[in-house]
Amino acid sequence: MRRDRLIRSIALHALMLPLALLFLAPIAWMLIAATLPNAEILAAPPTLLPGTHLAENWRDLNDDLNFVRVMANSIGISVIFTSVATLIAAMSGYAFAKFRFVGRGVLFTVVIAALTIPFEVRAIPQYLLVARDMGLANTWWAIILPWIAYPLGVFFMRQNMLSVPSDLLEAARIDGAGELRIFAQIVLPIMRPALAAVAIVLFLFQWNDYFWPLLILSQKDAYTIPVALGTLVGLTRVSWGGIMVGTAIATLPFLVLFLWLQRYFIAGITAGAVKD
Amino acid sequence: MTPDPAPRRRPWRRRATPYLFLTPFFALFAIFWVYPIAYSFVLSFLNTRQRPWTLDWDFNWGRLIQDEYFWNALGNTMLILVVQVPIMLAFATLLAVAFSSDLLKFKGFFRFAFFAPLVLGAVPYSAVFRLIFNEQYGVLNYALTAIGLPSVSWLYESTPALVTIMIAMTWRWTGYNAVILLSGLQSIPATLYEAAKIDGATGVQRFFLITIPMLRPVLLFTFVLSTIGTLQLFTEPWLITTTGPGNATETLVTYLYQQGFRSFNFGYASAIAYSVAIIAAIFSILQIRLVGGREVER
Repeated sequence: MRRDRLIRSIALHALMLPLALLFLAPIAWMLIAATLPNAEILAAPPTLLPGTHLAENWRDLNDDLNFVRVMANSIGISVIFTSVATLIAAMSGYAFAKFRFVGRGVLFTVVIAALTIPFEVRAIPQYLLVARDMGLANTWWAIILPWIAYPLGVFFMRQNMLSVPSDLLEAARIDGAGELRIFAQIVLPIMRPALAAVAIVLFLFQWNDYFWPLLILSQKDAYTIPVALGTLVGLTRVSWGGIMVGTAIATLPFLVLFLWLQRYFIAGITAGAVKD
Repeated sequence: MTPDPAPRRRPWRRRATPYLFLTPFFALFAIFWVYPIAYSFVLSFLNTRQRPWTLDWDFNWGRLIQDEYFWNALGNTMLILVVQVPIMLAFATLLAVAFSSDLLKFKGFFRFAFFAPLVLGAVPYSAVFRLIFNEQYGVLNYALTAIGLPSVSWLYESTPALVTIMIAMTWRWTGYNAVILLSGLQSIPATLYEAAKIDGATGVQRFFLITIPMLRPVLLFTFVLSTIGTLQLFTEPWLITTTGPGNATETLVTYLYQQGFRSFNFGYASAIAYSVAIIAAIFSILQIRLVGGREVER
């Protein structure tokens, strides 16, 4: 019996290991190519060990695109977006979970319905609204505003807020605490893990979003990282080493963060699947 | 007569509280969701090829029905949907089962290998895949010829280009779906498996008679999610194959982008957008009926 288990375990690993390496290969190649000169990336056979061309590749990238500015845009937009959107989601989730009021069912159904609507349906009026009517094209706000009401965040926060003990809130009210204070000083601290999960999902979403920024950004200095890299990928004569440095910059912080905060990532991903 | 005790009704401020907490969300929601969704619908009935825009019921929708480029984009999207999504979800299910097995060691390593792609943005990974799948210089073709297989013109022939897109999507999304399925697996009571074992069910029987039926609602969820995601497919064909060769990897949303933001034909692009939403709704309902039917009956 035990030997049988051992054999099956070995068979499973023999299957999983090559697959795992295959899955890791693109990431590994991205990191290696970031350190190689173009000629070696495109050579046959390709160099499969890290080189010493990282600084030159970075210079290529920064010359093409002012990548420092691009990174500042991505960081600024993602940070502002994540903080505000998480707070708004927490406020709505709290209202849905901990209050009874007229219209609660209808409003929550609206939030759920919004989850299934493809962004493309909003894209064109959104473009007219933000670029033409509001005159915000090529600004941070153009990227931030359209997504700041984020239905999945509300849904996830509501599910988690259900576990906040009502007695605790009632006790605070009897002590004369205002509603805002209860939310800020009691509810938010209890909800820290759920807030972290939502914040990670929102940050990752904004950091990686491409379609909407592509529509609304036309000036190089306003680009976010995905839009900037996207413009390089399509060119024919291009520094692949530079592009790979850019993709590594876009990716590496999250790979490290993923190793470190895996449980929050997973909580965020399974957010929609959580059944009550 | 003694006066009534203090009124039971909660004070006005208390009753207003939930609405105040909801105000930021729904104010933004009204401007950036409700209004665009409604206006997009109106736009799809406007002739935006002339100034001023005029109402013309048939202008965009009539064109859509006859537009062979639209049907090509729809066909490509459907082909990817029908081929890639089932393969990916089967793979993700097996992966989730492997992860839940105590036969698997080094789980940290395997978790990183299969789940790391899900932090990669569409643009970075599309860039990497374009480089890897390059016909002349890509490492993939080098690896294929090194082990004696013919090299493939991945990006410049129709079928290989579609296959490239599907491989890329599978790489990016399998781990994501496996995470969701794994959380579903963990909620299946262990006693079910133990009982089946006592009854002499083999591993394969347990998989098909317990795991799959119990996983049904979660599988349905991943199906709907993947379907909506695939209908919105844009970045991969846009950057890896540049919707080519010809328009062999044109999708609904790349076509929408061309019409809306290259030709600035807002009315027609809105009609395409609504057709994406309609197809997404039909598929969601169909899948809930087909896969989730038993749940509804219960």
